[in-house]
Amino acid sequence: MEFKDYYQIMGVKKDATQDEIKRAYRKLARKYHPDVSKEPDAETRFKEIGEAYEVLKDPEKRAAYDQLGANWKAGQDFHPPPDWDAGFEFSGGAGFGGGGDAEAFSDFFESLFGQRGAGFRSSGRRSYSARGEDHHAKILIDLDDAFEGATRSIVLQVPELDAEGRVHTRKRTLNVRIPKGVKQGQHIRLAGQGAPGMGGGPAGDLYLEVEFRPHPFYHVEGRDLYLDLPVAPWEAALGATVKIPTPGGQVDLKIPAGSAQGRKLRLKGRGIPGRPPGDLYVVLQIALPPADTEKAKEFYRRMQQELDFNPRKHLGV
Amino acid sequence: MTHRELQEILSGHILEEEVQLTLGELSRSCAVQAVHIMELVEEGILEPRGGRDPLEWRFSGDSLRRARTALRLQQDLDVNLSGAALIIDLLDQVEQLRRQLRLLQRC
Repeated sequence: MEFKDYYQIMGVKKDATQDEIKRAYRKLARKYHPDVSKEPDAETRFKEIGEAYEVLKDPEKRAAYDQLGANWKAGQDFHPPPDWDAGFEFSGGAGFGGGGDAEAFSDFFESLFGQRGAGFRSSGRRSYSARGEDHHAKILIDLDDAFEGATRSIVLQVPELDAEGRVHTRKRTLNVRIPKGVKQGQHIRLAGQGAPGMGGGPAGDLYLEVEFRPHPFYHVEGRDLYLDLPVAPWEAALGATVKIPTPGGQVDLKIPAGSAQGRKLRLKGRGIPGRPPGDLYVVLQIALPPADTEKAKEFYRRMQQELDFNPRKHLGV
Repeated sequence: MTHRELQEILSGHILEEEVQLTLGELSRSCAVQAVHIMELVEEGILEPRGGRDPLEWRFSGDSLRRARTALRLQQDLDVNLSGAALIIDLLDQVEQLRRQLRLLQRC
């Protein structure tokens, strides 16, 4: 188990006042809140910050943590010394974290302060005691899965309470049918796949938030797809019919003569299926043939001589 | 993990398109009492269809995301309801601008 330097995580000095710690927490929480932040590791950072604050905001826990000694460095292999917490009493009950998701603090935290286990899920806010809770998870799919529908298996970490009220996570594998036409950010509701009900009550539901793996050449916006299509200067200038990939297979695309760089061509209904289906937008990117042979250079020189072309005319130069 | 669990293929519904939630369902999904959801409606964060009676309210699937975000913001950042409403509106605007930016960058 790795030692965690809560002061380092919070970016405060070891002798920071409670007010300073609170300010640091507020600032970091705003910065890394998963709903607000676009930082790639926001969720992990936010949890780390929450855990650090949970300890440092509480004078009892902070004092206990401090007396572990100042010699520990973040990441060092750590085992709590025996009776390390003698003389301290922790008043449990944490209110941290989003929307009732059953996510525990790190092993490091739990080895020191115990699991938040019993009590932290129930929190007395729910009036429905018989039905199981709804669970939320993310599922990463490929564009092709949304295009044609697919079956994907996902592994969920399910927290469970054992007979002594301690939290354990169990791996649960589910095979899920991905509905054709699903969009990025939408949720698939699987009825009855959440937490089991209590006292014979029905199970909760499982919500899967759909996220697309980035595609090597399509860019997805809702049900519309964008494809950057390189074309040769003569194809753009003279017009051409070229083969392009679409998720449904190759098609012929007519490039109109006199097409400028960045011209957008729409293929109606060739995006992700649905009602209505999305469109496929092809964005022309004019690729310049390299002048790396004498023959090619000679050709460019001829263009220079024979074409009356000033690309900077509109700049008045 | 059981053998049966591995074999079974689960089919669901797309929440945003095929599902409407009642007050009870939405409260349960957010793990809060109905009164908290009613506060979100009062603040204009959620706009249910259906009658005036909360029992007749029907929430679009997207309400689940908005409600969960509002509740998390309240809980984690200690903002009040109107603050959460403002943040959600601004987040929607940021998302819209990001989308436009991505489109412009591709042209």
